[in-house]
Amino acid sequence: MESDIILRVNGREWPLRVDTRTTLLDALRERLGVTSPKKGCDHGQCGACTVLLDGRRINGCLVLAVACDGSEVVTAEGLGTDGELHPVQQAFVDHDGFQCGYCTPGQVCSAVGMLEEVAAGWPSAAGRPVADTPVLDDAEIRERMSGNLCRCGAYANIVTAVRAAKEVSR
Amino acid sequence: MDFLSPSTWEEALAAKSAHPDAVPIMGGTDVMVELNFGRRRPPALLDLTRIPQLRDHGPDDGYLRLGAGVPYTTIIERLRDRSPALAQAARAVASPQIRNRGSVGGNLGGASPAGDAHPPLLAVDALVELASVRGVRRVAAREFYHGPRRTARRDDELISAVLLPEPAGPQSFSKIGTRNAMVIAVASFSLALDAQARTVGTGIGSAGPTPLRAIEAEKFLASEFDWDGAASPSPATVTRFGELVASAARPIDDVRGSAHYRRHALSVMARRAVSWAVTDYRKEIARCA
Amino acid sequence: MASTSTRAPVGLSSVTRDGIGASPRRPDGTLKVTGEFAYSSDMWMEDMLWGATLRSPHPHAEILGIDVSGALRLPGVYAVLTHEDVPGEKRYGLEYRDQPVLAFGKVRYKGEPVAIVAADHPETARRALERIKVDYRVLEPVSDARRAALDPDCPLVHEEGSLPLHEEHNQRGNRVRYQPIRTGAFADGASVEEVRALADVVVTGEYEVGMQDQAFLGPESGLAVPAEDGGVDLYIATQWLHVDQRQIAPCLGLPADKVRLTLAGVGGAFGAREDLSMQIHACMLALHTGKPVKFVYNREESFFGHVHRHPATMRYEHGAKRDGTLVYATMEIVLDGGAYASATPAVVGVASSLGIGPYEVPHVSVDAYGVYTTNPPCGAMRGFGAVQACFGYESQMDRLAAELGMDPVDLRIKNAVSQGSRIITGQEIDMPMPMAEMLRRAREMPLPPDRSSLPAPSDPRTLPGGVANTSHGEGIVRGIGYGVGLKNLCFSEGFDDYSTARVRLEVVGGEPAVTVHTAAAEVGQGLVTVKGQIARTELGVERVTILPSDTRVGSAGSSSASRQSYMTGGAVKTACEAVRERVFALVRERGLVEDGHPDALLSLSGGKVVSAAEGVLISLADLLGGEAIEETREYHHRPTQMLDPSRGQGSSHTQFGMCVHRAVVDVDVELGLVKVVALDAVQDVGKVMHPQQLAGQIQGASAQGLGLALMEEIQVHDGVIRNPSFTDYLIPTILDTPPMRIDVLEHPDPHAPYGLRGAGEPPTLSSTPAIVAAVRNATGRPLTHAPVRPEDIVGIDPPQG
Repeated sequence: MESDIILRVNGREWPLRVDTRTTLLDALRERLGVTSPKKGCDHGQCGACTVLLDGRRINGCLVLAVACDGSEVVTAEGLGTDGELHPVQQAFVDHDGFQCGYCTPGQVCSAVGMLEEVAAGWPSAAGRPVADTPVLDDAEIRERMSGNLCRCGAYANIVTAVRAAKEVSR
Repeated sequence: MDFLSPSTWEEALAAKSAHPDAVPIMGGTDVMVELNFGRRRPPALLDLTRIPQLRDHGPDDGYLRLGAGVPYTTIIERLRDRSPALAQAARAVASPQIRNRGSVGGNLGGASPAGDAHPPLLAVDALVELASVRGVRRVAAREFYHGPRRTARRDDELISAVLLPEPAGPQSFSKIGTRNAMVIAVASFSLALDAQARTVGTGIGSAGPTPLRAIEAEKFLASEFDWDGAASPSPATVTRFGELVASAARPIDDVRGSAHYRRHALSVMARRAVSWAVTDYRKEIARCA
Repeated sequence: MASTSTRAPVGLSSVTRDGIGASPRRPDGTLKVTGEFAYSSDMWMEDMLWGATLRSPHPHAEILGIDVSGALRLPGVYAVLTHEDVPGEKRYGLEYRDQPVLAFGKVRYKGEPVAIVAADHPETARRALERIKVDYRVLEPVSDARRAALDPDCPLVHEEGSLPLHEEHNQRGNRVRYQPIRTGAFADGASVEEVRALADVVVTGEYEVGMQDQAFLGPESGLAVPAEDGGVDLYIATQWLHVDQRQIAPCLGLPADKVRLTLAGVGGAFGAREDLSMQIHACMLALHTGKPVKFVYNREESFFGHVHRHPATMRYEHGAKRDGTLVYATMEIVLDGGAYASATPAVVGVASSLGIGPYEVPHVSVDAYGVYTTNPPCGAMRGFGAVQACFGYESQMDRLAAELGMDPVDLRIKNAVSQGSRIITGQEIDMPMPMAEMLRRAREMPLPPDRSSLPAPSDPRTLPGGVANTSHGEGIVRGIGYGVGLKNLCFSEGFDDYSTARVRLEVVGGEPAVTVHTAAAEVGQGLVTVKGQIARTELGVERVTILPSDTRVGSAGSSSASRQSYMTGGAVKTACEAVRERVFALVRERGLVEDGHPDALLSLSGGKVVSAAEGVLISLADLLGGEAIEETREYHHRPTQMLDPSRGQGSSHTQFGMCVHRAVVDVDVELGLVKVVALDAVQDVGKVMHPQQLAGQIQGASAQGLGLALMEEIQVHDGVIRNPSFTDYLIPTILDTPPMRIDVLEHPDPHAPYGLRGAGEPPTLSSTPAIVAAVRNATGRPLTHAPVRPEDIVGIDPPQG
């Protein structure tokens, strides 16, 4: 069965007819040519397909496109403004927060979503008892970035990049 | 595959009644895995993301009523005092991305014995609210799990909410995984003490065909526990409790771990949970005094 | 990152920015963070078809018949091909040509490709696969590698006479290669009993290394486009374009120049892209249908689509004097190569020659076997045979230290190799090898604070189990362990290994600009950055463009064996030098210096020609005008030798690298959970080309070693992979990977360009035994299997079958 939907991707509106089984990830990649979200595992275990759906970071492979009708999707291509990299992207470049780069679009979307979660005062998924005001130290960055695998093992630099981006955005 | 996208709860119930084989989907973090791997090819999906009341939570006659679609993130964020064990389990679910979408309703719908939400629901004696065009009924979580991925839910019913009793004592949840994030439980355990009723609740995950209770262990600890003074139970009592929890499990050997290890880990988690409960209980007594 | 003895290379200018030794940004970095960098799975063409692969459901079976008619009748299906449709050679292989393009006669592993389909939609292609009927007669799997190596009655995986034999590798029966090494009294025929009598203390041990997966995040994919000349253009993520081309073309029945490869973005490699996966299949379908054909494996298929790290069983015996001096060592190692040879012969060459590690031992006997079984094929993975041996010999060193009551670091220092030592193949280590210094430095690094001094000792984030809340401090014991790994760098055993670079210098928009063209695969290691740095340093020009890698320039060799900075770096350097000589010739031609003015007094810097005596002579822009200077050079490393097949002697290696790790772990000894608290490394890299990228290589290699130590194992039972998903094959997350202190030494290797040493592999060796040693230190358990399972730590049998 097919459905007509409208996706708003990186500020642009796309009317689209999709098979109902199509994931958001496949719709972006195969139908709209938005290839920054990557397929790494097909079931939410790697984070390479992380995008911002109505401002929240989610795994594109675990969401049906038809359920996103009318939603706002931001991918790594859409993070920057006026030809400038988003501060998180710039920090990944400056601090070498990647090697092969396959996980990177997902990492930067995850980091952007995470910094917004922190700014909104969301408590950590960690902590016992959970601190009321999240303190984004390195341990907390690791905790909050734990949904994005990097097989090249650039984790140390990812922590540095996220810390640097947080300071810029402050 | 049909895709049903009701915009009201009534429409959703009607759709489920008309298509009892439709698989409800909300966050998608459980159902989509099955779909992506072709393990399941349901004739229809019933999208519940547009039903706002599934994301509601609030008091309900002495219970916390938690809409089936409340994401784990919200449970951690807003409900950790009202549902400590479930909030701890929510923290251990998969990844931040999945916690932003996944919900207790999905865990109950899939009814995988490894679902992190089940042990706390068993331990605190939660109710599962099931709705259909025929009406609403509430089933104790302890009566909900019938077999491997089989539950008390009837084909025309949707899971609308869970109801969590007001915490009346210490609660905890622990989960074993072989890495420190994004891991499916090798075994998990939840403990909840009810100081008013002087009862003990337990829940065991990933160590049997369904989530399980350790009923003998519950009775044993309820009778041995010093409800008035919270004196530390004897080492023999703690050990016995661990043994009873382990013996209630019905684990198998699989790629994630051996049956023997699962029993062992359950006994360790159970022993530790008792000591944490004693500490928390003492703090509670001191605060009330 | 601390660096010692940094020195500016003689004759090089430090004026030009972003040359070697600096940390310029990756030229592909911006595209990678915005997601615009095109990986092989992102390739797309109008009108393209989707390929899919039917794989064997059995590890070992005879193929009685294949019926594709049902699949062909499905609308949207353009082609269904089997072995009968392979236009040329039916088999390919990296070292032995033993692997069918599509299975014929029988299948030898579960997941072996049997038929391929092209359709207009991936779902159609998948449905077509379900309609292909293959009639199998199931055969007994050959699952036990040790039996395959040693039991002459073991059934054969490859029928006798079906393949040409490689006698230089003692290939016979199920043995892909058998390599013995005998030194000292063993070379003279002494028995173990005789040699044992020379030692005061003897320790024996049996160790296992599980099958590790490279688990690159970007599964196999590529796009084949048929060309008008009857050839095909393939856009592919690989580690070595030319070796792919050399294997693909004969199978297609085409000359090599009609199979043109361009490197697409590579989503990680780690050895898994050395062998072919979908390359020939995509080309066959493209040539057959006349349409572009794209393949993308999913994660599950990826577990069947590439070779893995060889699982190993090892038996060691070490004898020493009471003071710790090693007297003798014996080793038997069996490496399970699975159904096809892949890189097994070379892996055996490495595992055997480095089997005793970086220790001086007078009497050594090694028996190394790589075998065929009907298990998943195994081949290259970062560390390449040296990883398995390192886990064995380092475990033995700890066992020996315990037996002697000696400090494990002191025991290693006492027996450490150094420059001038000979390894067990008789090869002299003719480059700095400051192992004792490295061990001392590792030992002297500050330790992380004790748990008791943490501000919140029961913060679950700091404990094994993390936020899963398994401990508030109960059962936690800290342990410390060390590991040292010796790795050969670049290709070994007589292979004429080389790389090619084309460098062009011209004036663009009034500014001098350099273009560098090689076929080398950028797989994330940062080679594109280093190529630019070298060109800047050698030609004194800041503006450098790195062309895409393809087969229009000569081979660069493989992005493996830690070799590309050395080999392609060497080629770029050599080509730049040739360009520079022509610039100087032009300077002389123009009369800017007198005839006979030595080149040594001239240099290029800041876009100008500079004389040591007279200062700036002329800008490159003025000198060159509209002229371009282009030179192509091949760079070869010094020749190496085959190991002789009876005693394993020969200078088989090009270069040696070493890393030392110290691991600090907290272990929940009751639950068997581990948190690595610190994983510190000391490595000698000869010369730091790019400090930031170097640190990334050391961190990444260490993390992969951590995975092998604690969680990563493909579980195979009777030839069947039981955990082909990222749910059940776990790789380290950011939470599992601790902060690392890295101490880099720079003792230059006089044989290598800039004195550099390959750096990407050595840390993969040493981190695994260091972590396992730390867990042993905390638990007192022998822990002979990597990865260590919770069951092992708490002393329960692991799951069976």
